[in-house]
Amino acid sequence: MPRLSVWFIRLALAYLATGFTFGALLLANKGLAFAPLLWRLRPTHIELLLVGWMVQLAMGVAFWILPRFQASRGDVRPAWLALALINLGIGLVALGLVVDLGGWNVVAGRLAELAAVAAFAWHAWPRIKPIGQ
Amino acid sequence: MPTLTRLYVKTSLLYLAAALALALVLALAQTTKLPALLAAAGPTYFHLFLVGWATQLIMGIVFWMFPKWSKERPRGNERLAAVVYGLLNVGLLLRVVSEPARAVSPAALWGWLLALSALLQWLAGIGFVANTWGRVKER
Repeated sequence: MPRLSVWFIRLALAYLATGFTFGALLLANKGLAFAPLLWRLRPTHIELLLVGWMVQLAMGVAFWILPRFQASRGDVRPAWLALALINLGIGLVALGLVVDLGGWNVVAGRLAELAAVAAFAWHAWPRIKPIGQ
Repeated sequence: MPTLTRLYVKTSLLYLAAALALALVLALAQTTKLPALLAAAGPTYFHLFLVGWATQLIMGIVFWMFPKWSKERPRGNERLAAVVYGLLNVGLLLRVVSEPARAVSPAALWGWLLALSALLQWLAGIGFVANTWGRVKER
């Protein structure tokens, strides 16, 4: 497994553990109502599991297994950029949990995530090809 | 494909069908008044879809396809992987029963079952991460 995939997938696993922890707190609180403030974790719970876990895992596995050009994976710089941008985006969205920025952190975070997807697609597009080309 | 992966993947397909069936029922709310028990099942639908299907499918495929942990234990701790399967599914099924019930019944039992469901699913997630972490490595 290439180094970049290790980064993508280990970060995805870390988000899975954190997202499941937030989710468990939310669900337990739904049942026992011990801390109403926990409800504030919900948007971050969704962000960590949908983008942090699922999207990032998909990027890591795709970078690893998509067809190569001989032994090369092509220009890997956009894929590294995608790793940085997607985690910046998740961080910005999650920032809303601790500080009220009037929603601008979410806008900036979504922008970073969009740029991450564009960068990843820039890398992966030529690798989506028939066998032997 | 290992037996445990087949179990994960087939179970995930059952959840996908269940999630879409529940989505169909919830869609009827736009044309018909649903019983309160069903009307409260929105979060249950999302979690059948994303935990029961998507996450469980990923767990099964990861167990099968990721790099070997070691020559002696290529898939890590197989017993832990089986326990994760049990925890995730018992936890999720507990949620399916107790979340809508909690919305319509004041009985404390449903709240405690929801908390138990949370604990079981959390343990499954942490167990999966622990068992997978060492398999995510450079060649």
